[in-house]
Amino acid sequence: MGARDVTWLIGGPQGGGINVSAEAFARAMVRGGLRVFSNIEYHSNIMGEHSYYRVRISEEDRHSILDRINVVVALDEETLSGEPHPKFTAHPGHLAELAPGGAAVYDAAIKLDPREVGRDDLVLVPVPYLDILRQTLREFGKEDQLSRLRVMMNTIAVGASIAVIDYDINMFCNVIRDGFRGRRDIGEMNARASLLGYEYARRALKSDFPYTVHPKPSQNGEPPRPMLIRGMHACAFGKIKAGLGMQTYYPISPATDESVFLETQQRNYDMVVVQTEDEISAINMAVGAAHAGVRVATSTSGPGASLMVEGIGFAAITEAPGPVVFIWQRGGPSTGLPTREEQADLRFALQLAHGEAPHLVVAPGDPQEAFDDSFEVFNWTDRYQLPAVVMLDKYLSTAFWTIDNLDTSKCKIDRGMYWQPNGNPAAENDGLGYLRYQFTENGISPRSIPGQEGGIFWTTTDEHDPQGHITEDPINRIKMMEKRMGKLDLALREIPVDRQFQLQGPAEADLTIVGWGSTKGSILDAMAELSSKGLTCNYLQIRLLRPFPADGVAKILKAARRTVLVENNYTCQLGNLIRETTGISLDHEIPKYDGRPFSQEELVEALTKVIESGEKRVFVSHLSA
Amino acid sequence: MAVKLDLKSYKSDVHNNWCPGCGDFGILNAIQMALFSLKIEPHRVAVFSGIGCSGKTPHYLNTYSFHTLHGRAVPTATGAKIANKDLTVLAVGGDGDGYGIGSGYFVNAGRRNLDFTYIVFNNGVYGLTKGQASPTLAKGIKTRHLPEATLLEGLNPIALAIGAGYTFIARGYALDVRYLSNLIAQAISHKGSAFMDVLQTCPTYNDLYTKEWFDHGSEGQSRIYKLEDTGYDPIVHDANDPQEVIDKKLEAVRRSYEWGEQIPVGVYYKIDRPTYEDELGRRRPSLATKPITEIDLNDRDIEPLCNALR
Repeated sequence: MGARDVTWLIGGPQGGGINVSAEAFARAMVRGGLRVFSNIEYHSNIMGEHSYYRVRISEEDRHSILDRINVVVALDEETLSGEPHPKFTAHPGHLAELAPGGAAVYDAAIKLDPREVGRDDLVLVPVPYLDILRQTLREFGKEDQLSRLRVMMNTIAVGASIAVIDYDINMFCNVIRDGFRGRRDIGEMNARASLLGYEYARRALKSDFPYTVHPKPSQNGEPPRPMLIRGMHACAFGKIKAGLGMQTYYPISPATDESVFLETQQRNYDMVVVQTEDEISAINMAVGAAHAGVRVATSTSGPGASLMVEGIGFAAITEAPGPVVFIWQRGGPSTGLPTREEQADLRFALQLAHGEAPHLVVAPGDPQEAFDDSFEVFNWTDRYQLPAVVMLDKYLSTAFWTIDNLDTSKCKIDRGMYWQPNGNPAAENDGLGYLRYQFTENGISPRSIPGQEGGIFWTTTDEHDPQGHITEDPINRIKMMEKRMGKLDLALREIPVDRQFQLQGPAEADLTIVGWGSTKGSILDAMAELSSKGLTCNYLQIRLLRPFPADGVAKILKAARRTVLVENNYTCQLGNLIRETTGISLDHEIPKYDGRPFSQEELVEALTKVIESGEKRVFVSHLSA
Repeated sequence: MAVKLDLKSYKSDVHNNWCPGCGDFGILNAIQMALFSLKIEPHRVAVFSGIGCSGKTPHYLNTYSFHTLHGRAVPTATGAKIANKDLTVLAVGGDGDGYGIGSGYFVNAGRRNLDFTYIVFNNGVYGLTKGQASPTLAKGIKTRHLPEATLLEGLNPIALAIGAGYTFIARGYALDVRYLSNLIAQAISHKGSAFMDVLQTCPTYNDLYTKEWFDHGSEGQSRIYKLEDTGYDPIVHDANDPQEVIDKKLEAVRRSYEWGEQIPVGVYYKIDRPTYEDELGRRRPSLATKPITEIDLNDRDIEPLCNALR
């Protein structure tokens, strides 16, 4: 395979089992010592609409997708040729995305006319899915269960595709067997089906395929197995490691996966995941739990966050130690694109409550950062007694990265300042007793925990005095505003700079790319490709968005030769934030708002155009299905 | 530390700014008396309120006190109770707070059967915003401060609570403090979600349902009567008998529609069912003995999670 990456794509109707097939395929690649990056695109639909999974295979780590594919595995005709009767615009199907000489594996029942395809370079591999399925079932004595086991056609198709790329079918069969542990006969049957698919395709292939993939020869025995991890996993692992005691949520795409995953782990880690009646309940329950003394989170997407705003203000004015709100962004506004990618909630997240309220906003860009930030943000909410938001998105949630390990070595829990009663709490503060909102030098008042003797406090969403009772007194108001808002300055001073932003790549570069969140992977891969073409780039990734590290960011931008913003939204929200906080306007911007993440090619093309044309705003979309 | 408890132990020293003669005073006193009668130490109690006059109640109590958002007392209280099952948790709020803006939480909390008590101060009006109609004001009623009579039907909170699944449902009258405190004590002692609708006078904005109105029916009688005085039995004696459960619920609903000359107070319905905490503890034994707040969350091993992805 050399330096060439191969992208394998499986597509079919939603509910047809392509996830399981694609993940098994990806795992087979990883077991062969290769690295994969994969993502899924799907509709807001349970059954029938077109969905597809891309698996990018390489010998080195990759962090993004390629538009150009080498093999398409089709479970239906739409995957090949697109929608037959589109009213308006529609995707043209994935045959059009095949690289020269690429292959299509599809059901022989589909009578694909090579002349209609309009390309004579493709390797067409029709496979009689149904015949092979029948044969398999016959061998296992299950011919009467044909309709129930139709989903096995996926396995047959993937088996055939493995013959096309000349990979080791046994590795795939073993992954299948592992996946059906406990139901061995079903595992064997599926393994057999894929082998029959493989053998059929092997016989049918007439010419050498240019995009073969082979396992890396291992030096000594079986190499350590890397992890295939989604951002969703990394985030959940970070929360668990941080001591999450409770998570509230209301079902919403694309956030639900994470809460459901945590539900599966409740028993193992003494957590409680509460499905609430709506997001307002979810946030307020979380605020109540935070005050009660547990580490608590809630997970949602833009529409749910829209309902949560009053709860954020509640947590902020009552100086609750949390909760942490995880916002898995999707295409907006309103219901928008429920299952598609967008980074358009940044400005919203920065002003997530009416009035002026302190909260933190952080945005990780890959699984390790999702783990690190999900862990550390609980320390910050405890230390600064405020709510926080972690910005994630659909792409980060569902894409799979290959990593060897998650680094957990820096994880250290810090619960912030607790009130320690002296002998006679009632005598504290000249007989006023414990003061939950006591004015202190750094603005942090040590907290007591409900149930704690002597620590009784009052708290209110009204402005309040140090005891927590309502007051509209102007002197108190000034001091309380300064106490609360000052915690943002404190956080900015204390949070390590490398958690705030980082400059990756050479210190001096022709082009400084600026971004946040999940565009990181595409930016890194595009940078690598451009540098191999002689253009040096570096990448300023901003992870702490509130409080905004304006001075550090300004210093880097002022020293940059040419700057370009990359964002998955229309209005270039980070660019505006940078201008607002530093006075610096970035030279160029590359927005993308088609509901899909940046592919490596899209970004390379757009960055190249920035350099060549000098245009201020370069729009890019390769119109993936 | 053994401190001798008295009624004062439950009172804060904050200036109370409710209107003179407000029915809220009766409910506040009844809550304090109930907590004292049960001898629950103040620091083991957490009280959550919504917004409005009733929302100020926690400030006047010497307990852990949370004056939350409009309509959100119940979810906030729920979060705290799940986090620390050892707390005695009360939520209080007005009828607009609980049956209007917070109706979704009022209903869904009944389904959960968490061990907490929810007390609604029901006066038929929005007091703090100066007299608009609340969800319990019946259709066609016009208080002095309403520009026009109401267009909407008034809702029946007792019937709604029955439908939602509360396992203790009672109605009190704010101006019979001793009886009310006894009901509140029963509600707090009940294991499960206890709901209380308290008829409360608003001398400033509700000129129809006044102390005089409650005390003097058309024949001079008190309109309020006690369910137990009529031999009414609210208790489901066999929780596993679905017919008894339905019969008791229907009878409670029937009584809840009595209004006007005869208004029943007392316990409408009570059933013992496993609480949310019981169910959690059954599924995760560690949570049966300790509140989540006391579980050691340090040094969790996530290696098994990582290995599952290999």
